[in-house]
Amino acid sequence: MEIGPILRAMTRNKIGAILIALQIAFTMTVVVNAYFMIEERMRLMERPSGVVEDQLFHISTRGFTPDFNGKVSVQDDLALLRQTPGIVDAVAINAIPLSGGGWSMSLQVEPGDGEQGHGVAIYMVDDHGLDTLGVELIAGRDFTPADVRERGPATSDWPDKAIISEATVKALWADANPLEVVGRTAYINDDEPVTIIGVVEKLQAPWNGWTTVEQSMLVPDKLIWTGVRYMVRTEPGRRDEMMPIVEELLARSNNQRIVRAPESMAETRARSYALDSGLAKILGVIMAMLVSITSLGIVGLASFSVRRRTKQIGIRRALGAKKRDILRYFLVENFMITTLGVVLGAVMTVGFNVWLVQALNFPKIDWLYVPIGMLALWLIGIIAVLGPARRATAVPPAVATRTV
Amino acid sequence: MLGYYVRLAAISIRENAVMSLLMITAVAVGIGTCMTIVTVNYIMAKDPIPQKSEVLYAVQLDSWNPNDAFRDDGSPPDQLTYTDALALMDARSAFRQTAMVGTSLIVQPDDPDSKPFQASGRAAYADFFAMFDTPFLFGSGWDADADRRLEQVVVLSREMNDRLFGGENSVGENITLGSYDYRVVGVLDTWQPMPKFYDVTTGPFDKTEDVFVPFSLVASLQLPRNGNTNCWKPVDGDGYEAFLASECIWIQFWAELRNDAEKREYLAFLDNYVNDQKSLGRFARPLNNRVNDVNEWMDVMRVVDSNATMMLPVSIMFLTVCLLNTIGLLLAKFLGKAPEIALRRALGASKRALFVQYLVESGCIGVAGGVVGVVLTWLGLRGIEALFGDLVENLVQLDLVMVTAAVVLAIVSSMAAGLYPTWRACNIEPAAQLKSQ
Repeated sequence: MEIGPILRAMTRNKIGAILIALQIAFTMTVVVNAYFMIEERMRLMERPSGVVEDQLFHISTRGFTPDFNGKVSVQDDLALLRQTPGIVDAVAINAIPLSGGGWSMSLQVEPGDGEQGHGVAIYMVDDHGLDTLGVELIAGRDFTPADVRERGPATSDWPDKAIISEATVKALWADANPLEVVGRTAYINDDEPVTIIGVVEKLQAPWNGWTTVEQSMLVPDKLIWTGVRYMVRTEPGRRDEMMPIVEELLARSNNQRIVRAPESMAETRARSYALDSGLAKILGVIMAMLVSITSLGIVGLASFSVRRRTKQIGIRRALGAKKRDILRYFLVENFMITTLGVVLGAVMTVGFNVWLVQALNFPKIDWLYVPIGMLALWLIGIIAVLGPARRATAVPPAVATRTV
Repeated sequence: MLGYYVRLAAISIRENAVMSLLMITAVAVGIGTCMTIVTVNYIMAKDPIPQKSEVLYAVQLDSWNPNDAFRDDGSPPDQLTYTDALALMDARSAFRQTAMVGTSLIVQPDDPDSKPFQASGRAAYADFFAMFDTPFLFGSGWDADADRRLEQVVVLSREMNDRLFGGENSVGENITLGSYDYRVVGVLDTWQPMPKFYDVTTGPFDKTEDVFVPFSLVASLQLPRNGNTNCWKPVDGDGYEAFLASECIWIQFWAELRNDAEKREYLAFLDNYVNDQKSLGRFARPLNNRVNDVNEWMDVMRVVDSNATMMLPVSIMFLTVCLLNTIGLLLAKFLGKAPEIALRRALGASKRALFVQYLVESGCIGVAGGVVGVVLTWLGLRGIEALFGDLVENLVQLDLVMVTAAVVLAIVSSMAAGLYPTWRACNIEPAAQLKSQ
């Protein structure tokens, strides 16, 4: 290998090499970090909420006249919804998974002020809650009509039964399995006892950025507020068709209230992760643009250097160098420049990530991304230089005898 | 002479059309991406009320849980309890002050054919309008008497007035909000401070509210709360009265303090108040009252999204790559012209003249890149709008400052990119080049 001569030739045209190396370094810094961030966001977005999202939508209403009767209204609405063909079940609920708005309380294993508490999201439902949401009960039992009490705007205490998610079981009783905890007591509001009657496999809290997003609790409270939200489960495939029908149905049944436009769980999910998915797209576009710009830059500068060295290439060919040797010369030269770039890039990639972690609390990059990124950019460099290098091999030996 | 250089540049740019296009694209894409991100950050971090941001203070009292700080860094809660907000309002120790909370009200138009609809509202005290310099189209805010006498008065946003009264002067008219009659006392002109600094606890870039009503009505008419409510202690008892008397925080509080002396006095007043309350068994935490002016408050509340901050260095690195690219291409282009340059030098052109000429050429590329870059910035902002929808609605406006900044950045950076290649070009030895011709 003619590393020596290549290196010496390069030092005569340092700037070109440095420009390419720097471009590769910056590109690698952005691309590797961006790729990591995209993956990170995708991982968050792929978490299931636990409910049967493709069959669910929610709609809210609010009575505005002073004599509006929340209790009667909710009863009538639920009766109407549950008997409507196309609807599997419906429930009045205080919060919607992924929606960003809800209620959280602290649950503790021992009663009393100052005991360690675990934040859980509260979902207030009646005995149709589990069926409507489509969450899977893995231990214990569902609520029965006898468990359900009414919750008005002034109610401030809590029912004595609850169903919790499996993650909540883990938080409260570290190594207990779900079957064991049925019948145990936890405490809400410091000292109000709550008996765990069931455990569901998965039900996310409404806040997707919450560190304990998997911790949630269903309580048998039937809401009789004047403003209330219904979660409606339709037969598979009929969600979009049922949404306007239900909106119309509720609006017509009572004109003492406003009915707000229904939203499907798919829309709620999209809204919930709008920032993450948008950011992933922006970063993806930036990655693609950077890689193309850098490759074009390599092609440009390599073509230029081939053109400038036409005569020297001819001389080498005349002195017996094969096409292969010329190709190898440019590939090795490019490989050396790229190596400089990716080594610098590796340092910058880690540096940028350290800044992200320290200043902005972003997750720390897995070290494996750095060597993979280096390999990828090496490959990109070689592919980019292949075209100009091929053209260099086409220079005939006769060029050596001419003035160019 | 400059005109001649520009003509020469145009010829040279056309001669190497592909290469020139590549350079212009690189500059434009770099500027477009960078300025899109910078614009979003600029709007997020901008001073929303420059004429008063140093005299308006957000007030914090540490009424939180004795065992557990509100935030891990020990800072006090971002909102006040009803008890404290009312006490601070009664004391009136600041030049101006207002407690406030977001609410939502159902508007019932008189016309029986139009459906009732929900409007976003803000309950505040009379000083709100004077403190935050709200522009009035008609009428004015209410006065402190209205606060005291629980008058049902309302100030409408311009949009709401357009919707309800077709843009006519509606001062003195009545409207029905949540079954109660309110008298319109004023109509605001378009008012959208960015960020919406007076309440950043929910969406800091949300639209301003549709209707403004006296805060005293929150208790008397039990207006709904639209915002965060945090409680460290269970509400003692049932009903609305119990909630109002609770340790739950849900009220924002602002004071206008015109100078350092007033600020010091106000802090002393707050400390006195909290010490008094301590003797009543409240405020078990150490004394930790704070006032932050508008810009400090935006920092405390982390109004600038960390994703936007992260994108800033990313976009700067992106621009750097684009510029390195342009330097490389210019270098190749100018050195490719070595024989021509040598010939001109031999015929008597000074280095200086050549330097200016090639700098003009890079400048032209910069101008072209900048203009395309502004268009790309606009497209980029539309793209962000399409991606994020109403999350960023108010963040994607391109103003004159940003357009100018984009063009200047494009020209300066492409001329900077042109400097080294230009310098190399004018240092070409005429003799060496001419010999091989």
